[in-house]
Amino acid sequence: MRITVTVDGTKFTDDVEPRQLLVHYLRERLGKVGTVVGCDTSNCGACTVHLDGHSVKSCSVLAVQADGCEVTTIEGLARDGNLHPVQRAFHDNHALQCGFCTPGMIMQSIDLLADNPDPDEKAVREGLEGNLCRCTGYQNIVRAVRDAAAQMQGGAGPEAEQVAGAPATAGGTQ
Amino acid sequence: MIPAAFDYVAPTTVDDAVRALSEAGEDAKIIAGGQSLLPVLRMRLAAPSKLIDLGKVPELRGIREDGDALVIGAMTTHYEMQHDPLIAEHASLLALTANAVADPQVRHRGTFGGSLAHADPAGDLPAPALALDAEMVVRGMDGTRTVPAAEFFTDFFTTALRPGEILVEVRVPKTTGWSAHYEKFNRVAQAWSIVAVAAAVRVEGGAIAEARVALTNMGSTPVRATSVEQALVGREATPSAIRDAAAHAAEGTSPPSNADADAEYRKHLARVLTSRAVSAAVGA
Ligand SMILES: Cc1cc2nc3c(=O)[nH]c(=O)nc-3n(C[C@H](O)[C@H](O)[C@H](O)COP(=O)(O)OP(=O)(O)OC[C@H]3O[C@@H](n4cnc5c(N)ncnc54)[C@H](O)[C@@H]3O)c2cc1C
Ligand code: FES
Ligand code: FES
Repeated sequence: MRITVTVDGTKFTDDVEPRQLLVHYLRERLGKVGTVVGCDTSNCGACTVHLDGHSVKSCSVLAVQADGCEVTTIEGLARDGNLHPVQRAFHDNHALQCGFCTPGMIMQSIDLLADNPDPDEKAVREGLEGNLCRCTGYQNIVRAVRDAAAQMQGGAGPEAEQVAGAPATAGGTQ
Repeated sequence: MIPAAFDYVAPTTVDDAVRALSEAGEDAKIIAGGQSLLPVLRMRLAAPSKLIDLGKVPELRGIREDGDALVIGAMTTHYEMQHDPLIAEHASLLALTANAVADPQVRHRGTFGGSLAHADPAGDLPAPALALDAEMVVRGMDGTRTVPAAEFFTDFFTTALRPGEILVEVRVPKTTGWSAHYEKFNRVAQAWSIVAVAAAVRVEGGAIAEARVALTNMGSTPVRATSVEQALVGREATPSAIRDAAAHAAEGTSPPSNADADAEYRKHLARVLTSRAVSAAVGA
């Protein structure tokens, strides 16, 4: 089946099998391997992307269901070589160890901040309840999200994503 | 894992969807938000021949008032239910329950109609639908009919939907001005309810004038706790009166025993959670 999807600002038209999961389309067809698969049960959230502006588990959406939609992945966050403030906050607060959950954690954190620009610790933990981390114990993840909230103040809209003077981190997500 | 191959159509009207479903035969399945179906397909626990996607049918979306009822489209997502002003005003129990379902990502995709049609005994939305005397409007090739919630849930994962029928919308009698609460007991890493209680009450002059209570995962279908409701009506909305009434919560239930909890423990939970749910609703 032919689908047209805008991913990280670029429009793609492709023939896909109906059974292809969005995450596999992103990784295998478009090479967006920043989005990862962490489980078989829709529980871990590592595959989280934004579909028309809302977070979803891309392992639990068919590529054909995304036809006509906009998808944002972790690879679409940095602007002009600058990390997104939430990416930067995860870096600054040591909010990752192995990093496998990180793309999903960051995408879900941005979704949370769009709904609630100043979440307290409980709200952060609830907002990230669909994302599992095997390494960090969540402490620094919560810290990073609260730090990002403080940096972004105005919320998670497009303007807030432009942080003046934040340099690109070598090896960071581009 | 990758699901087994299937055909796929995305009709744009309910009539087309009903026709597609009936023409595709028994092995076809509706896909709504896919949040229950896709995990099942990924595990290859099911292999439908065809999926009929309701995601492109605008008629199935949205919430409107119709006299004394709210009419909620089957494709309304949990997230929309959490935030909709009409639901907040006229059926707050549904908003509070939607809030307790799964996690934010699942709530962005999962639908009210999907949850009801799936009829998982641990699913959260069937109990409040039962408590509020919701009516399911279903359409098949033979036309439209309405099924009361009390007759809709018939067994584990089984509803009164006949082959070829689609749940189109849900009519929920308004409970404007009532207070409500959904009290859910679950493991932290798994959102599914071990037991949960949906409660809505109308308080008048400090006393409970009307009460609706239904239980999640206390049997193969959601269960209405009618003896609790009767015991609450006419009583002062005080903690001790509520606790006395909640003592009836497990009456007539046959809860499952499994790795999460045995039947006796579930009965205990039903009583405790009912007390908490009603107390939270009335602020006692
Ligand atoms: C990680 C995770 C955690 C979850 N936790 C919870 C939880 O705590 N509580 C809870 O209640 N749920 C939970 N769910 C399930 C979630 O709420 C689903 O959204 C819901 O059960 C099904 O809705 P859906 O729209 O996704 O339906 P789908 O998955 O698309 O469909 C489910 C079934 O219903 C049928 N169907 C769907 N819509 C219709 C219709 N309009 N007419 C006829 N048949 C239809 C389909 O054919 C299918 O058999 C969880 C899911 C996941 C992945
Ligand atoms: S890979 Fe999608 S939830 Fe785990
Ligand atoms: S950093 Fe390893 S899973 Fe989260």
